Amino acid sequence: MSMEVDKYIASGILELYVAGALTPEQNLEVQHYALQYPEIQKEIEAIELAILKLAASVSPKMAEDGFEQIRAELDDVIQFTPSESKRKAPWGNYLGWAASVVLAIGLFWLYTENRALKSEIEITSQEKLKLEETLVSTRDAIVRKEALLEQLRDQQVTVIALGGQAVSPSSFAKAYWNKEENKVIIDAQGLPEPPAGFTYQVWSLKLDPLTPTSIGLLDDFSIESDRLFVLENANDSEAFGITLEPEGGSASPTLEQLYTLGAVGR
Amino acid sequence: MQLENLIQQFQQKDKAAFATLYHMYADNICGVINVILKDPERSQELCHDVFIKIWEKSDQYDTSKGRFFTWILNIARNTAIDELRSKSHKNQKKNLSVESLVGIYENSEDLNGKIDTIGLQSLLKGLKDKCILLIDLLYFKGFTQKEVAKELKTPIGTIKTRLRSCISEIRKNMA
Repeated sequence: MSMEVDKYIASGILELYVAGALTPEQNLEVQHYALQYPEIQKEIEAIELAILKLAASVSPKMAEDGFEQIRAELDDVIQFTPSESKRKAPWGNYLGWAASVVLAIGLFWLYTENRALKSEIEITSQEKLKLEETLVSTRDAIVRKEALLEQLRDQQVTVIALGGQAVSPSSFAKAYWNKEENKVIIDAQGLPEPPAGFTYQVWSLKLDPLTPTSIGLLDDFSIESDRLFVLENANDSEAFGITLEPEGGSASPTLEQLYTLGAVGR
Repeated sequence: MQLENLIQQFQQKDKAAFATLYHMYADNICGVINVILKDPERSQELCHDVFIKIWEKSDQYDTSKGRFFTWILNIARNTAIDELRSKSHKNQKKNLSVESLVGIYENSEDLNGKIDTIGLQSLLKGLKDKCILLIDLLYFKGFTQKEVAKELKTPIGTIKTRLRSCISEIRKNMA
C-alpha cells in the first residue's frame, strides 16, 4: 500500500491525533501509518513535543517528592514476576578449543534465536493492532447502526425522497425528518462520491420566496461507509436539497451543482 | 527503555515503570491542569489525584485511544474541567473556553507570579491570538473539531490545516 506521506502529514491530521480529537478508528489508522512510515512517527513525536513544552511552560512544578506521595496511595497489587529461566550449558570438561567452538556456535544460535523472536514480536504486535482495529470499528458500527435504526423507526419521522436533478439525474437520497427532535437523517447511499476538495452540503428550503438555509455538510463521505448522516434542523422546512460545494461548505447553495431535491409532503 | 515497554510494564502495575512515566509527564500534565484552573496550588493537588487515577485506570489504555500522552492528557483535562464546574456550578464548557491560554500569555500576573512565563512567551512568540485560542481549545480544553468550528465560527474544513500551521510556528520558535 502506498500513500502520499507528505500530503498526509500536511493535512493536519497528526495534530488532531495528538490532541485526541480523532475517533478510535482514525487513531488506529494513524498508528497503522506511523508503523509503516517512520516520517509519520517522527512527525507525531515532534508535534507531541511542542505540546509537552507548551504545557510545561505554564506548569507549577511538582514537588521533588511528588511521586513518593503518590506511591504511598497506590493500592498494593501483588506483582507478577516471571521466574528466570535456568539454562545450564552442558559443557564442562572439554578442551579449551572445543569449548570455544561450542561457545561460538551457541552465541550464534542465541543471536539468530533472538532475531527470530524479535521479528515474531513485531508481527504479533502488528496483528494485535489489526485485530484491535477491527474490534473497535465493528463495535462502533454496531452502536451507531442501532442508534440510527431506533431514530428511523420513531413514528414522528417524516420520510422525504430526494430525486436526482439535471447535473446528476441518477442520484437520489432520502431525508428522515424528526420535527420533534429537530433532527434530519440523510441517507446518501445514492449519491456519487464527491471529487477531491468538494463536499455535499444539505439545505433546508422555504419555497416562496426560495430561501435556502444550510443544515450541514456530509463530511467524511468515503469513510462513512453506510453514508447515513445525522444533522440538526430546527427550520420549518418545505423542501430539502443537496448541492456539491467546495470543502468546508458555502454560504449559499451553488444551484448548478444541485444533485438532489425533494419537497416535504403536507 | 522504549516507551512501549514502559507502558506495558505500567499496565502490569509495575510501580517503577509508573514512576518513570510520572517523571516524564508530571510537569506537562500539571501545566495542562493549570491552564484550565489558573490556580497553581490547586493544580498541584489535582495533578497528584490525576496520576492516581491514571494508575487505577491503567488497564483502560489501548492504542485506539491514541498516544499515551494523549490518553493521560484527556484524563487530566476532564478532571480539571469537572473541578471547575463543581466550583462554579453552572459553568458551561463554552464559558471556560475564552481567554485562558491567551490570558496567561498576555497577563502573567493572575498566576501570582508563581510561574515563570518566559518560556511560554518565547514558545508563543509571533502567534496570533486566534492561533493560541485554537490550540487552547483543542489541546487544553478537549474540544472536538465540531465544537471548535462553532466556537470560532469557522468552517470545520479549515480547522485541521490552520491548526497545523499554528503548531508549526511553535515548532519554529523551539528551534
